[in-house]
Amino acid sequence: MPDLLIELFSEEIPARMQARAAEDLKKRMTDGLVEAGLTYGGARAFSTPRRLVLAVETLLAESPTVREERKGPRVDAPDKAIEGFLRGAGVTRADLEERETPKGAVFFATIEKPGHPAAEIVAEVLETTIRNFPWPKSMRWGSGSLRWVRPLHSILCILSDENGAEVVPLEIDGIKAGNTAEGHRFMDGAPFAVTGFDDYVAKLKRDHVVLDAEERADHIWQDATNMAFAAGLDVVEDKGLLAEVAGLVEWPVVLMGEIGEEFLGLPPEVLKTSMKEHQKFFSVKNPKTDRIERFITVANIETPDYGATILAGNQKVLSARLSDAKFFWENDLRVAKAGMDEWLEKLENVTFERQLGTQAARIARIARLARALAPVTGADPDLAEQAAKVAKADLSSEMVYEFPELQGLMGRYYAEAAGLPAEVAKACEEHYSPLGPSDDVPDGAVSRAVALADKLDTLTGFWVIDEKPTGSKDPFALRRAALGVIRIILAGELRLKLDTYIDAQLVLQKIGLNRVKATSGEIDTLEEVIDEISDHGVFGAAFHAVLERLTGRDDAPDVGDGSLLRTVGDMVPDISTDLLAFFHDRLKVYLREEGLRHDVIDACLELDGGDDLYMLVKRAEALGAFLETEDGDNLLQGFKRANNILTQAEEKDGVEYSFGADVKFAETDEERTLFAALDAGEAEIDAALQAEDFSAAMAGMARLRAPIDAFFEAVQVNTDSKLVRRNRLNLLSRIRGTCLRVADLTKLEG
Amino acid sequence: MAFQADKPRSFQEIILRLQSYWANQGCAIMQPYDMEVGAGTFHPATTLRSLGSQPWAAAYVQPSRRPTDGRYGENPNRLQHYYQYQVLIKPSPPNLQELYLGSLEAIGIDMDTHDIRFVEDDWESPTLGAWGLGWEVWCDGMEVSQFTYFQQVGGHDCNPVSGELTYGLERLAMFVLGIDHVMDMPFNDPEAAIALSYGDVHRQTEQEYSRWNFDVANTEVLLKQFEEAEAECQAILTQDAVDPKTGKRIVMAHPAYDQCIKASHIFNLLDARGVISVTERQAYIGRVRALAKQCADAFVQTEAGGYSAA
Repeated sequence: MPDLLIELFSEEIPARMQARAAEDLKKRMTDGLVEAGLTYGGARAFSTPRRLVLAVETLLAESPTVREERKGPRVDAPDKAIEGFLRGAGVTRADLEERETPKGAVFFATIEKPGHPAAEIVAEVLETTIRNFPWPKSMRWGSGSLRWVRPLHSILCILSDENGAEVVPLEIDGIKAGNTAEGHRFMDGAPFAVTGFDDYVAKLKRDHVVLDAEERADHIWQDATNMAFAAGLDVVEDKGLLAEVAGLVEWPVVLMGEIGEEFLGLPPEVLKTSMKEHQKFFSVKNPKTDRIERFITVANIETPDYGATILAGNQKVLSARLSDAKFFWENDLRVAKAGMDEWLEKLENVTFERQLGTQAARIARIARLARALAPVTGADPDLAEQAAKVAKADLSSEMVYEFPELQGLMGRYYAEAAGLPAEVAKACEEHYSPLGPSDDVPDGAVSRAVALADKLDTLTGFWVIDEKPTGSKDPFALRRAALGVIRIILAGELRLKLDTYIDAQLVLQKIGLNRVKATSGEIDTLEEVIDEISDHGVFGAAFHAVLERLTGRDDAPDVGDGSLLRTVGDMVPDISTDLLAFFHDRLKVYLREEGLRHDVIDACLELDGGDDLYMLVKRAEALGAFLETEDGDNLLQGFKRANNILTQAEEKDGVEYSFGADVKFAETDEERTLFAALDAGEAEIDAALQAEDFSAAMAGMARLRAPIDAFFEAVQVNTDSKLVRRNRLNLLSRIRGTCLRVADLTKLEG
Repeated sequence: MAFQADKPRSFQEIILRLQSYWANQGCAIMQPYDMEVGAGTFHPATTLRSLGSQPWAAAYVQPSRRPTDGRYGENPNRLQHYYQYQVLIKPSPPNLQELYLGSLEAIGIDMDTHDIRFVEDDWESPTLGAWGLGWEVWCDGMEVSQFTYFQQVGGHDCNPVSGELTYGLERLAMFVLGIDHVMDMPFNDPEAAIALSYGDVHRQTEQEYSRWNFDVANTEVLLKQFEEAEAECQAILTQDAVDPKTGKRIVMAHPAYDQCIKASHIFNLLDARGVISVTERQAYIGRVRALAKQCADAFVQTEAGGYSAA
């Protein structure tokens, strides 16, 4: 059985696309081959900056012959029908076979589809693969019509077995497949013929190309760490950079260079980012001082001077880059030390979002909310407000303009330079966190207040202008913001009614949107509504209280249908509910990843309004743990049984059994025991819920399990005595009521 | 044709070697466009000639202006007025990378001791409504050229595709000559009777233009000029294709395009003066792009743009 080797040789493929492209080549080719009947032993794909390579081992030499039996018309069918069948099946009358079936004698045809040689199939599948290759971005070149990531120059495509190699005949847009490849662009010239994969890999290596990206990465890392070690230093690990650099070279040559003394005072993050983003350098730090002192660069060539010229060139470029960074840093420090006012003023002219206004307006909203949230996170309100006001000042700095990824971090440096309190400086850096599911939650109280305010302002803003995430589209990272809020609340065990803050912020956003067309009376009224919500919560009530107060005033604004106030009043509750539901969705996704069942979360969601997320999760966790126990599972079955009997009876009788169970009508010991257990259990569970001790509440429920089980074991609810039956149904209702206070167990599955 | 293997000694020698190299590769050596532009791409020999089906091969130096990059002649690498070397070949030849590498050798870069790399860099010009795929070319970690296969210009698909090479001449020359500060670079032969450095030629103008660009340029006048250029461009393009005086079909793509270039440069000046907010910025860029698109539409209605009366 032959082996297949394919090399697609092109101009330089972007590093970030190579690994994926190799996998796509493998998948599309092997899928296509198998579909055409060519099974194989194994397949591996490789990539270098200039080539995608696929090696398939032990491919079938040809696809198997396929026999298909087709049932035709009855033997006594009209000639026309039989001829039609013959044409369709591509056989002659002599090929037909008569067989007896329950419907009489019927013609059968056996159609044989002969197999195709591997070369033919490979050519076909490869052409389809090349023409439909899923590059993230592709292009045309010259006068051709073929699309590839960069101009495709040659195709090597051979099938080889013990008798030698054979070129698969194939031509795509003037590129004829052959059996030759070439080595390194600069270190070797002449193309060479290839007889198989091993031969190919060996000749590539001879001609200075390491085919396997992983091998190149290993080599780079090995040499880099050895070189750093010899100098008593450490390479700063960066897997992403390593993969990228391995995709930029075919023959990695690792070189270590110095960073000019005058730049070592720059923040290490600036050094690292500048070197990585602009130059693809690794940082090398001194483990004793943690300072970044050198860099590692990876060249693609061995030179007679052992890389001296290359290193000198790279060093020079780095110096120019770092001179710029130093210039930015020094200018920025000057502004920071003067109090950052210049930056804050600039933000008045920077648009955050077209409808949501300037960055300055956004900062003012966040500052207000951060102040309101400060008591919740345990922060000093003045510090929270101050931090929110300067947290985004660094967006105007030159360094962040140059390196947007340093936002926040530079904010911290500049706040420190401005002499602001340590908590404020920390909040400048931390308020963006957590950025992803694995990113840390800010741990300072001020940081948390600002981080929550920032995210809630973003969410309410985009909800107000109806720019919610849809499907896979979430351009403003709102899912991430909501998850951030959830994680900060849970990590900080923060107790807050989310609705109160969401509602107030939604009204604030609405004011912002309508500021141009609103009268000052309307704005004042809305501000009053915000204060009312902040004090008491509940949007509708606050709104109505203020409107009522308004009626006594002379210059009261219009509150009729279609007025601004009415529109805001009508819309905000809906938006608020929708946003809370979004939080619940995110919470479910998050808790599911933490191993909590979605029905357990559902069972707890609706209690207490569902806007105290910390409580909600405590409850869900306790319930989840309880259901894992034997008691929990049995109690759930008992509850379901009670609930089913009760629901059926209520439907049948048209009444609700909810009151009046009396122990004096009990006929059995099991009933009396259950009465006693419920008396004790209700008190225990209520006290536990009051104390927000959900484990204790679950323990109280657990103690109900045995009496409930015993009750169902011994007692028939539906008896002839109406009085006894009603009493028992009311008893079941007590079970239901007690359980539902802990969680909505009807939402649970199983 | 054998090239001088020795090192060039001045800025102008590098330019002369590039001119001679690309002339030998069959390019028409054109002269700089006689208007202020932000980059060599704006020269009609690139922008307009990359459109349509007619083959084309041109190379030229283009003095370019980026008012926001002014540093009063003090920054070793940044200039508000600089030189680009531009090559455009349509259709892009299959050996364009090799031709390009040959040009580096021609200016004295030895491929055996330097590390040349093609690093992904997709080019997009929002003002020209143009984009392409290609690389920035690195030499020992320094970006020395942009290499782009044009895919779309002025909203038109490029067919055939042009290959465009852009060399930042100062940076490249500083690299080849081993100079740290641009102003110290020999402009002509350092052993000439009157040896001039880049600073002798350009330091004063850098200072003058930096001051004017940042603080003095009259923004009201500029805003008005922008509007006028925009209006004139559109007025030119609304003219009938047939000239009433000569009775000939004369679509005035180039005069209209001049106004588009003008609007683009005025926008850059306004940007440097800091009077354009972020939101307005997008709107201005959109207006220039609209002009560029209309000019491209007009050019493909000319003979050079592939129009034929039949």
